[in-house]
Amino acid sequence: MSTLAQKKGFGATLWDYLTTVDHKKIAILYLIAGGFFFLVGGLEAMVIRIQLAIPNNDFVSAGFYNEVLTMHGTTMIFLAAMPLVFAFMNAVMPLQIGARDVAFPFVNALGFWLFFFGGVFLNMSWFLGGAPDAGWTSYASLALESPTNGIDFYALGLQISGAGTLMGGINFLVTIINMRAPGMTYMRMPMFTWSTFVTSALILFAFPPLTVGLFLMIFDRMFGSNFFDASAGGNTIIWEHLFWIFGHPEVYILILPAFGIFSEIFAIFSRKRLFGYSSMVFATVLIGFLGFMVWAHHMFTTGLGPIANAIFAVATMAIGVPTGIKIFNWLFTMWGGSITFTTPMLYAIAFIPSFVMGGVTGIMVASAAADYQFHDTYFVVAHFHYVIVGGVVFAILAGTHLYWPKMFGTMLNEFLGKITFWLFLIGFHLTFFIQHFLGVWGMPRRIFTFLPDQGFETSNMVSTIGAFFMAVAVIVMLINVIMTSIKNERVGNDPWGDGRTLEWSIPSPPPFYNFKQLPLVRGLDAYWIEKMDGKKGMTPAEPLGDIHMPNSSFVPVVISFGLFVAAFGAVGIGDKEAYGIPVLVIGFLITFGSMFFRSVKDDHGFHIHKEDLMNDDDKGGKA
Amino acid sequence: MKRLMNWRLYSLLIMLTLILAGCGKPYLSTLTPAGEVAQIQYDLMKLSTLIMVGVIAVVTIIFVIVVMKFRRKDDRIPKQVEGSHTLEIIWTTIPILLLLILAIPTVAATFKLADVSEMDQVNEDGKRDALVVNVRANLYWWEFEYPDLGIITGQELVVPTDQKVYFNLKASDVKHSFWIPAVGGKLDTNTDNINKFWLKFDSDKSEEAGGLFYGKCAELCGPSHAFMDFKVKAVSKDEFKQWSTAMQNADEQQPTTDLAQAGQDIFNKSCIGCHAVTPIDGRPEAARTAPNLATFGERSRIAGILEHSEKDLKNWLANPETYKPGNKMTGTYNELKPEQLDALTEYLMSLKVME
Amino acid sequence: MHADEKMTYETWPAAPEKATLEAKNKFLGFWLFLGGETVLFASLFATYLALKDKVPNSEHYLAKDLFDLPLVFMATMLLLTSSLTSVYAMYHMKNFDFKKMQLWLGITVLLGAGFLGLEIYEFNHYVHEYHHTFTSSAFGSAFYTLTGFHGAHVAFGLAWIITLMVRNSGRGLDLYNAPKFYVASLYWHFIDVVWVFIFTVVYLMGMVG
Repeated sequence: MSTLAQKKGFGATLWDYLTTVDHKKIAILYLIAGGFFFLVGGLEAMVIRIQLAIPNNDFVSAGFYNEVLTMHGTTMIFLAAMPLVFAFMNAVMPLQIGARDVAFPFVNALGFWLFFFGGVFLNMSWFLGGAPDAGWTSYASLALESPTNGIDFYALGLQISGAGTLMGGINFLVTIINMRAPGMTYMRMPMFTWSTFVTSALILFAFPPLTVGLFLMIFDRMFGSNFFDASAGGNTIIWEHLFWIFGHPEVYILILPAFGIFSEIFAIFSRKRLFGYSSMVFATVLIGFLGFMVWAHHMFTTGLGPIANAIFAVATMAIGVPTGIKIFNWLFTMWGGSITFTTPMLYAIAFIPSFVMGGVTGIMVASAAADYQFHDTYFVVAHFHYVIVGGVVFAILAGTHLYWPKMFGTMLNEFLGKITFWLFLIGFHLTFFIQHFLGVWGMPRRIFTFLPDQGFETSNMVSTIGAFFMAVAVIVMLINVIMTSIKNERVGNDPWGDGRTLEWSIPSPPPFYNFKQLPLVRGLDAYWIEKMDGKKGMTPAEPLGDIHMPNSSFVPVVISFGLFVAAFGAVGIGDKEAYGIPVLVIGFLITFGSMFFRSVKDDHGFHIHKEDLMNDDDKGGKA
Repeated sequence: MKRLMNWRLYSLLIMLTLILAGCGKPYLSTLTPAGEVAQIQYDLMKLSTLIMVGVIAVVTIIFVIVVMKFRRKDDRIPKQVEGSHTLEIIWTTIPILLLLILAIPTVAATFKLADVSEMDQVNEDGKRDALVVNVRANLYWWEFEYPDLGIITGQELVVPTDQKVYFNLKASDVKHSFWIPAVGGKLDTNTDNINKFWLKFDSDKSEEAGGLFYGKCAELCGPSHAFMDFKVKAVSKDEFKQWSTAMQNADEQQPTTDLAQAGQDIFNKSCIGCHAVTPIDGRPEAARTAPNLATFGERSRIAGILEHSEKDLKNWLANPETYKPGNKMTGTYNELKPEQLDALTEYLMSLKVME
Repeated sequence: MHADEKMTYETWPAAPEKATLEAKNKFLGFWLFLGGETVLFASLFATYLALKDKVPNSEHYLAKDLFDLPLVFMATMLLLTSSLTSVYAMYHMKNFDFKKMQLWLGITVLLGAGFLGLEIYEFNHYVHEYHHTFTSSAFGSAFYTLTGFHGAHVAFGLAWIITLMVRNSGRGLDLYNAPKFYVASLYWHFIDVVWVFIFTVVYLMGMVG
């Protein structure tokens, strides 16, 4: 391992990525896999919009439409948005706190592969009898009624990928608590790191209820239990509670990192310190906390009674306050600044009005009595797409442009980036703004077609046209990525010129050990402070010494693969097939066997020696 | 940035066109409230929209100033401001006040809409004065039972105007949701419990809407979720009285033509196991597996969605799967020959109680 | 301090479970994991309480007719004692006394296995005497899921501790395996705490109806 810059063939590169435990490479894996699922989910969205373009359309059948709408939601939330957010957390957070890796590099890899195999398993349903068709919320009575194996794939696939996400959450928490560089106090952490921290805490406490809910669903569908069967004493409302106790924090799991990315962007491209940093931190923590108190606002029409509805309505409105604080802090970060309109900044600027729209409709649906009208209509569809597309997807696109040079050492083309931005922005508002009206005019969500003479025709057509703008935008972005990768013009440490945090003080991409010497942090925006003092880089906090690094390992892939196999066994048991139990057992044997192997085989990692690091001086940036 | 401005103008224009285009259909839209419940909800929607437009306006003003004024002109480094306590207090306090303005009527309305105490009150005769309807949602059809009147209808709910109508809601297979947008918000029909609420149908507004409101299922329930519509006839109290009396006294209707007679024979062989043809149906719920057809000839739609014509009825009977995928009627009877279709149609269209 | 250094009684640190960065990470990460586990069991408890005594008809037995308290009490005692013995084991771990640690861990494993045996016997009893099964009613499903999840945790804990004991039997304590023993004992305590709640919520509250 002494030669840090090696040329490798395709096979070796593949093996490298299959066995890597390096947070930067895992970030790239998350980016690729999440990006792939984003395209799949986008394709599903296009099917939905084409089907709804005109009344009584028969582009797809009713049953297939339900599969598509279910998979669109499930894919976008679990397999696209979360992994893409995880990609940036992995790529950037350890660099921002001046760490050489995350706390548990092995677990980090395991988390990715669990997510990946879970996602693949879920999508296998398309080829094995039919995808899940009960919506991404998979309400229990409909899910139990569903005739195909789709729901089985949903429950098992999410169980596997959810386990991976939970591991990721714990990993990030420990990393941030234990591995900050000297001087990096909590109140000097960059906003993106703070949002990663709070998000990880949300993951830790929100995913177990989903785990339990999915287990109950698996047991009911495949092993004959009666949790949701009213005739045997079961109760389907339990599923609704468990799902939303997870589901609402999940929304914040997605949006908080988006807030973090935008906080970085506003500061960088306004050349100004984040306005009201401490209140931003406070607001983030408060949003995370309140996020657990409001789940029942998804169930206003379930019939929980006026007391529960009133309490949850008021609690939900309360979240508007910290969110508002954030919006104004961002605006005042730009106020008095020196703004450049780079692609990431364009997304950030467009994010403010778009997200405010989503936020205010959020307050409107929080008003329980009025929500009886909004609930399960296109108004809600418009609301959450304004929040998730206008917030999370904008942030992911912005983050892709912002961090691309840090992850790959080359800049995405700004001209194409701006074309993507404008097409996407126009398409987004065209698609979803009109849906607010469709909702209040009486169009329920999740309908596979609509009848004429209800006044829905024009608006649905407008919405569909908007979707095509977004599709073209994504295609332009793909072209951008390919062109950029072919050109491959290398960039230096701080390609945007105004980097403020530690990740911009090291080469792009960073060497695999990140920091040759851990940096000394003297305040918020550590790198900016040094730059303003006329220094070229960070002051080291330690003398040059040996660096301890973890070994690569193929075991994470094997553990995840074992569960993938076991899940097929579980589906077989549900179908009363003879192969069910043996396959389940084989799968578990693979998983537990490889865990056992990992447990008994000592793994002390290895050391990079001081001498090698010194030799590495001139080529460190190209590792 | 000029383009951003242009685009904002554009969206404003689109918005205006929409608003000019009206508030949707009076028999369907929540923006044309036709009863007390919808009115309360509409008022809340207006109040919240008003507050929110105010918030958007403030944000937009600051936003526009920032984006216009603070573009990078030179290479100077701006002053690094930490924050401002005054500003932070302002934008924490004002939203709290705004939310309180919205929260108080929200809570009041939430309790008001859930007040069904009248359902349990009885007068000196031991009967209740309130009109109660038991709604049972099934895969793609609705049953409306009037327990105090002893009558049942399918697919079309008939209610008196200008008085509170109370509903007991439940589902017999999977979860659905009962929604008459123009008259009031929805409430789920669960498989585990009975939900209760009330609605009120305004007579003037009902007239504007043509006396017939659209009702919908608002919870994904399977392939034909989109087609799980029902219709609501809102009639005056007197008319409702006439109707309910006619329903209570309706005997089994005898066919008047030979063709209808032939239709009845087919019906009694293939359909009667599930469908009842009298408004009084003593069978338990579990046995009532298909809509009651006693008033079929008087309905406004076939299967809740198709035009009420002989042609559409024949199409529906010949191939229900085309019109409602996944429905429970498909495959329960043998293929019908054209003459059988004619006979059945004649018979079904003759089923009326009001003459 | 490196994790693979050869240690003696004199060089053994006061808190070997947190002596290296890896150990600190493992220690904190495991505590956080237990936080997640707490929410998992809380969800299972909530489900159980919602479905307690929810049966399709009166032929099914309810909690008050079902539970065999003396047996469960015995199981409880075994598990509580095993928690105590694992504390002894950790005491000896901190004092660099590998043999005694192994001894007490061995006793812990035996007690845990005894608990598991009683639980299996108990389930068997319910199934055959009362036809109270996983599939017989919502109550049965919820009961076996809650107690079964706990039982699976016990089984996993036993396998974990045994693996650790066998793997390290030949080489004694060092800073690489000390945190592993420590978190395994943390896990064992957690299982014990969960059982205290099960004993209270399921069995004691079940007896009073």
